[in-house]
Amino acid sequence: MDVIVCVKQIPDPETPAAAFKVDEQAMQVLPAQGISPVISPFDAQAVEAALRIKDTAGEGAVHVISLGPDSARDAIKHSLAMGADEGYHLKDSVFDGGDAWTTALALSKAIQHIGMPDVLIFGRQAADWDQGTVGSIVAELLDLPSATVLRGAELNGDRLIVSRVVADGFETIELPTPCALTISNEFGDPRYPQLRQIMQAARKQVTELTAAELGLDPTEVGAAGARVQMHALYQPTSDVDVEIIEGDSPEEKAAGLVNALREAKIL
Amino acid sequence: MAARILVFGELDDDGLTAPTLELLGGASRLSAELGGSVALALIGVDLASAASQAGPAGADTVYTADAASLSGYQTDSYLTVAQGIVEQDAPSVILMAQSSMGRDLAPRLATRLGSAVIMDSLALEVDGDRVKATRSCYGGNARQVVTVQTDPQVITVRPKSQDPLEADASRAAEVITVDVAEPMLRAHTTGKEQAESEGVRLEDAEIVVSGGRGLGGPEAFSDLEQLAGVLGAAVGSSRAACDLGWYPPSQQVGLTGSVVSPTLYLAIAISGASQHMAGCGGSKNIVAINKDPDAPIFGFSRFGIVDDYKKVLPALESAFAAVLE
Repeated sequence: MDVIVCVKQIPDPETPAAAFKVDEQAMQVLPAQGISPVISPFDAQAVEAALRIKDTAGEGAVHVISLGPDSARDAIKHSLAMGADEGYHLKDSVFDGGDAWTTALALSKAIQHIGMPDVLIFGRQAADWDQGTVGSIVAELLDLPSATVLRGAELNGDRLIVSRVVADGFETIELPTPCALTISNEFGDPRYPQLRQIMQAARKQVTELTAAELGLDPTEVGAAGARVQMHALYQPTSDVDVEIIEGDSPEEKAAGLVNALREAKIL
Repeated sequence: MAARILVFGELDDDGLTAPTLELLGGASRLSAELGGSVALALIGVDLASAASQAGPAGADTVYTADAASLSGYQTDSYLTVAQGIVEQDAPSVILMAQSSMGRDLAPRLATRLGSAVIMDSLALEVDGDRVKATRSCYGGNARQVVTVQTDPQVITVRPKSQDPLEADASRAAEVITVDVAEPMLRAHTTGKEQAESEGVRLEDAEIVVSGGRGLGGPEAFSDLEQLAGVLGAAVGSSRAACDLGWYPPSQQVGLTGSVVSPTLYLAIAISGASQHMAGCGGSKNIVAINKDPDAPIFGFSRFGIVDDYKKVLPALESAFAAVLE
């Protein structure tokens, strides 16, 4: 049972709002001082799902792909330390300025380059742009059945039984292999690599691949190939002034709040 | 060029869902500027009565793909039918709700059509022949304005971000019946587990009482439910509390959960992380109870109490009960 997981290194989504800054001219998020980038949390859960499927199968390998600058290597290393077997880093300046489409295109070529796995797993969305499309686009490009936003994925013989989070509950979906899955936060905590595993991961192989090696023309990827254009990036402002209800006891504060809501005709 | 906007609608027990009516309202406004028309595509079973709502809600045309095999959303079958409708209608813009269906269908459909998608738009405006979408990113910390440069432009829209039209009973939409072939399913939906939804539905509630990690444990949610009972409110939860298993994921408010915009949102022991605000920022009034005076939630709140919720909650419940009697 071979599994490929696609991961992304992103600015830490737990960055306090006060430390989050945008360069509006460059339409870029500025790195927060002293806060290291991390593997997108949904992607770490995707790696966890892949490792569990491999464990159930009792054989096979988990391969990890990441497209991005030098820092993408850290997301791959984190995945390898979690227990993945081998990494692929899609690294090329022609990938710069790409969008979900160009990323998915390059990933799909890399997957074909490595060899079609039995299961292909993504996080439900990268916790930076929050689009949640790359998994589905790759599935479509590779003509694979897919199930998205999953809280569970289990191997049963040669089929996958997954639980999809929907607005009013959960759906059970059965998929043949090969198939593509995206994992949601409901999946639960991924394992956290211990020092020994981090040291072992240092010896695992990470292969770097360029656009040319994937058979991609520079005009197909990066800014040149992007289908979505960004016109502005900014931080929203809140124009609410909070009125703190004071009081000497919780009862006074509660009564004060109820009065304030009545006066404002909210209640 | 006359622009056609095709809305993929959804149904619930009352017919077209609220987000579908909102999409038709948004599509009508865009179409008035683009100089075009609006079509609604319905995929499912027993669509006649919902289809009759399409005209009054703003559609000029309604496609119905009505078959027992389409009774629930499945990627493979809906994707094939959706592709057929798009090929017949040739729209320049496709709109869907940012719903369980929209999240799954929109990116695959856009790719199949040789185009691209923008997810979870908060605002739409016309710019030449493009639709500019403003959307939230970085967990709600930033907004971006984007356009799809290829055609058709596929966009999903956050519920409650567009206004529906006043239903106009004098308007009727032309109904086009779509032939549905026996679907080729690769992935099969084999079961459904309905979340327990006692009381008021989160999205419909006028008042929402929500709790976060600061509650300290799952027990506190029963206190929240009690307060919600007094107020006739729905109970929500932050993602942190859901991920800890304190409350069901179906009640999660935030970027990866439900979007609510009640008259009153009571945030109890919720810090106000951006990804949570993405789900409740549209509330008309937010009231925060938090013992940390520096919690970001106060920056979004109209009223606040700085105190331990454990002390305030019982007092608040009696105070509400007294005035609401």
